[in-house]
Amino acid sequence: MIDREQVKKVAHLARLQITAEEEEQFTTQLNSILEYFEQLSELDTDNVPPTTRAIELSNITRRDELKPFSNKKALLEAAPEREGNYFRVPQILSSDEE
Amino acid sequence: MTTAAPAKTKYEAIIGLETHCQLNTTTKIFSSESTKFDPDNPNTNISPICLGYPGVLPVLNEKVLEYAVKAGLALNCRIAPYSKFDRKQYFYPDLPKNYQISQFDLPIAEHGWLEIEIADKPNSTPTRKKIGITRLHMEEDAGKLTHGGSDRLSGSTYSLVDFNRAGIPLLEIVSEPDLRSGREAAEYAQELRRIMLYLGISDGKMQEGSLRCDVNISIRPVGQKEFGTKVEIKNMNSFSAIQKAIDYEIDRQIEAIENGDRIIQETRLWEEGSQRTISMRSKEGSSDYRYFPEPDLPPIEVSPEQLEKWKAEIAELPAQKRHRYEEDLGLSAYDARVLTDDRTVAEYFEAAVEAGGDAKQVANWVMGDIAAYLKSNVLSMTEIALKPDNLAELVKLIEKGTISGKIGKEILPELLTKGGSVKKIVETKGLIQISDTGELEKIIDEVLAAHPKEVEQFRNGKTKLKGFFVGQVMKQTSGRADPKLTNQLLGKKLPG
Repeated sequence: MIDREQVKKVAHLARLQITAEEEEQFTTQLNSILEYFEQLSELDTDNVPPTTRAIELSNITRRDELKPFSNKKALLEAAPEREGNYFRVPQILSSDEE
Repeated sequence: MTTAAPAKTKYEAIIGLETHCQLNTTTKIFSSESTKFDPDNPNTNISPICLGYPGVLPVLNEKVLEYAVKAGLALNCRIAPYSKFDRKQYFYPDLPKNYQISQFDLPIAEHGWLEIEIADKPNSTPTRKKIGITRLHMEEDAGKLTHGGSDRLSGSTYSLVDFNRAGIPLLEIVSEPDLRSGREAAEYAQELRRIMLYLGISDGKMQEGSLRCDVNISIRPVGQKEFGTKVEIKNMNSFSAIQKAIDYEIDRQIEAIENGDRIIQETRLWEEGSQRTISMRSKEGSSDYRYFPEPDLPPIEVSPEQLEKWKAEIAELPAQKRHRYEEDLGLSAYDARVLTDDRTVAEYFEAAVEAGGDAKQVANWVMGDIAAYLKSNVLSMTEIALKPDNLAELVKLIEKGTISGKIGKEILPELLTKGGSVKKIVETKGLIQISDTGELEKIIDEVLAAHPKEVEQFRNGKTKLKGFFVGQVMKQTSGRADPKLTNQLLGKKLPG
């Protein structure tokens, strides 16, 4: 079960501003999602080794060879703000943190 | 150990280092963009992968894995048979994805150690200590921020981001809290750098940020089991800065405790200008990185065969060389340390010994005249014309008495700049030592005949004048007279 405090914490970590009604709403919704997944605990996994993925695949690597992306200009142009060839971002620390 | 002078309690410092080492691969860890250090041309080595565009697929650079495993082996670590990448999540504008691809619970290497050696003077017995390595893992570097409107982060109204550094491969190496002083910590960092350079996997340039060390430090009264409150120090860009920052911090913490203050768990910055550490406001409360397995990167399983292959490719490491030079070649710990500091110097030295030069004599030339020449001309060992074979030849010619040590020093500049066979130079220039008794006696007789006054003074007890006669013989022969034989013959002839 997830409570309202945890929802507030998760929202903060994800930098989401949510209203009191939304806190209530998301607590209920997230709980029903968690309950749904709870069905999985019906399975006996005692003898199944834990895994982090469902696809049997390992050691995928590439050669250390230059293949530069050709349209770098487009990447800079897609930014909301830039200054010369830099990306420009808003003030990092808000004044109340100082 | 640093102790405050009036204090009754003795304190010890508990220090651990977290080192980030950039690998010198051609391309980034997960994309085929260049890793070139180019601060003047921001955002020239970027791609949708470095910028974390949705839908892109990062793929691990095979060299990064190889270098990480080799570094792990060189640090005596256990290489994980199964390793994976994780997402470490935090919000900061130098990280476009809002997570860093790193390794959390299954790092590529764990449980290792390296040996540090402290030898100050040519004859001092070195202190050796094993420092534990907790873990070594692969991760990507973040971009670089320049703060606008102010020199410092606080007060700046905006920031500029260069993502050229984002995605440069890093090894993060975490030590056990086995270090006890600034000196030990600096030595640990230097040994780590030496190992990376020997492996050829990093350029180790601290000034350019290729090697970055963060320090964790606390103090406690000697005898106490529990650790004190830990402080992190950042921003040291030289080995001496690491040492000074730690020594400063030990004094600061002891003083605080002696004054009844509490040590606050915080991050402090080393200020090179004022030579002190200053408190840095923490980014935000306690961090909660919410690591989870990186779904885009399949796990790594290094096979035993692959491991053996990489192990076999690792050349002899600095600590092994130091031990071998001492035990097999009979050098002092100090000489062994100086010679092995730079791999190219060590290899030059070994090649000259291999070619028949006496180890101690070769060491003297390499550490003395040759090192001085390299230093004053800002050259590296690979840039001189004198080949190791010829240095061995020089040493042997002196040993055999064909030329004197003095002549050897005289022809060295030419050998260093032009190279070539020492024997040939010596022969063409007529520098071969005169070791023939008859020939030398003739010269001595001439010298004595030319200085009757001095001969008389000598015979009247002014025996110090022998040096004058040796000098005259040397002058007559342009330094070619065998000094030992000259001394011997003068000893016979002078008293009359």
